[in-house]
Amino acid sequence: MSKEPELAQIHAGFPSPAEDFMDVALDLNKELVRNPSSTFFARVKGDSMIEDGVCDGDMLIIDKSAEPADGCLAVCFVDGEFTLKRYRNMGSYALLIPANKEYKPIRVDADNQFAVWGVVKYLIKKV
Amino acid sequence: MLGLCDCNNFFVSCERVFRPDLEGRPVVVLSNNDGCIIARSNEAKALGIKMGTPLFQVRDLIRRENISVFSSNYQLYGDMSQRVMNILRQSAPGIEVYSIDEAFLNLDQMPLEKLQPFARALSARIRREVGIPVSIGVSPTKTLAKIASKLCKSYPALKGGCLMYRKQDVEKVLSKFPVGDVWGIGRRICARLNAMGITTALDFYNLPAMAVDSQFTVTGLRTWKELHGEPCIGFEDVQQDRQTVSISRSFAKEMTTLEELDAAISTFTGKVAEKLRKDGLCAEQLGVFILTNRFREDLPQNYQIKTTLFEVATDDTLELSERAATSLRQIFRPGFAYKRAGVIATRLVPKKGVQASFLDTIDRDRRSLLMDIIDNINKVSGNYTVRLASQGAMDQFSTRAMVSRRFTTSWDEIMEVKC
Repeated sequence: MSKEPELAQIHAGFPSPAEDFMDVALDLNKELVRNPSSTFFARVKGDSMIEDGVCDGDMLIIDKSAEPADGCLAVCFVDGEFTLKRYRNMGSYALLIPANKEYKPIRVDADNQFAVWGVVKYLIKKV
Repeated sequence: MLGLCDCNNFFVSCERVFRPDLEGRPVVVLSNNDGCIIARSNEAKALGIKMGTPLFQVRDLIRRENISVFSSNYQLYGDMSQRVMNILRQSAPGIEVYSIDEAFLNLDQMPLEKLQPFARALSARIRREVGIPVSIGVSPTKTLAKIASKLCKSYPALKGGCLMYRKQDVEKVLSKFPVGDVWGIGRRICARLNAMGITTALDFYNLPAMAVDSQFTVTGLRTWKELHGEPCIGFEDVQQDRQTVSISRSFAKEMTTLEELDAAISTFTGKVAEKLRKDGLCAEQLGVFILTNRFREDLPQNYQIKTTLFEVATDDTLELSERAATSLRQIFRPGFAYKRAGVIATRLVPKKGVQASFLDTIDRDRRSLLMDIIDNINKVSGNYTVRLASQGAMDQFSTRAMVSRRFTTSWDEIMEVKC
C-alpha cells in the first residue's frame, strides 16, 4: 500500500471542513453481531417456519449465549438434529412450535436428547 | 496471583460444539494426515487410547466402542481459540497466549477473596458463549497455576475454577500429583527423580533447595522454587520475536517426481513468504528439506536439506520461490519416495532494518508494492486468488477424510438448521 506519496500531494488548499466530523462508516457486523465470541451463522433448510417469514436458504445470526425467552425463535438440538422452532417452556416438558399448518408441534421431555443451542437474533434474506 | 486457562480436550470440545450428541461419548481427533490421534475425549482416554497412537493400531477398538473420529479442522479450532482468547482479554488486564488452547492471565490487581468466584464465573462464561469447557487454575506461580487447572479437570465440583495458594492446600495437592506431570519436569529428569525414589510432586518439593541446585539444571531449581510459590517464570505480555518461519507437511501419498515436489515446495515457500510479510520480517537464509518415510523400512531412505543465504534479506515470494526451486533441484534424488517436505526461513530481520546492497538486481520498492497488492487481493478474495503458476493450495497436501465443516470461517460450510 503506497499511501505516503499520495498523502504528500494534499499539502495545499483549504482543509476539509468535514474532517472534524469524521465518523466511522456503518458496519453491519457491529450492528448485527453484538458478541462475536458467541455468535454463529447458519443456513435454513426447510419450510416449517414459513409463516414467520423464515424461508429455505435464509441465513440465521445466532447468539449461543442468550437465555431463551418463552416463544423465542430458537435453534434447538433434538435427538441428533438441529431444528429451528419457536420455543415454549412448559415446565416439565417443552414444545417446539412450527409456523406452518402442515407441521405439528414437537413435544420434548426428559426422554429426548434436547438443548436450546442458541437464540436467533437476526434473519438475513436474499431478495 | 496469576491464572492459567486451559481448554479441556480442546479439539474434541470444538467438534462437540457442533455435535452436541457427542457429549459423553468417546471422540478422537487425528493429526494432519489422519495418521495419529492428537486429541481425546475423557471417554476415549478411559478406553486406554494414548496420545499419539497411530490410527491403524486402534481401528478395531474404534469400531467396537463406536468411537467418533475426526480429521483435524485447524480452521475451526483456530477460530474457536480466538473466541476464547477474546473473552480472556476482556476479563483480565493482561493475558499471555501460551498455545492454541492455553493462556496465562495477569490477576495481580484482584483482591484475594474475588479470585475463586472470578475463575468460576469466567469458566462458566466461556462455556456459555463459545461452548468450550475450560479449567482455570489460580496460583502465585505459573507452575502451580498449571497444577491447579489440572485439578479442575479431576474435580467437577470445582466448577472449572480453582484457587490454590495456601501452603497446606498446595502440599496436599502435590502429595497426589505425579512429579512427571509437573510443568518443566521433562522425561529425563523424571526418570532420574523416580530412580531416587521421588515419585510425587511433594517428594520433589520436600527436597532441600541445596540438593536440587547441586543435582539438577537451572530449570530444575526454578521449578522447585515455583512449587514453593516463588514466581520465577515471568509474565510475557509481548510475544517473543520470531526466530524462524517454517512450513512443512507430510504427504498422504509419497512423492517420487521432481514436478510433484516442486509444487509442494513452491506452495510452502509462498506461505512462508506471506507469513514473513505479515510479521514485517525478511529472511537472510532459506532452507529446503525433503525426507522419505522412516516407518517404511522396506524402502530406501533419504533425507536432504539445502540451506542458502541471500545477499539482501528478503520477503519476496518470487525471489524465495526461485531460490527454493533451485535448492530442491540440488537435493532431489530420483528413486526415492518422499513422505515429507518443508521450507524454513531463518536469520530473520525486521524489514525496516534490511541492509541494501550495491549489487542488488531487484527493484525492491516495486516488488514490495507487488507483494502488498497480491496479499491484499488474497485477503479480500480468499487465499490463492493470486499465486505463482507453480504454487498449489495448501489443502492438497493433506488427507483429511473425516473432517468436519469449517462452520465459522467459510460461508459455504456454515451450520445447517432444519426447519
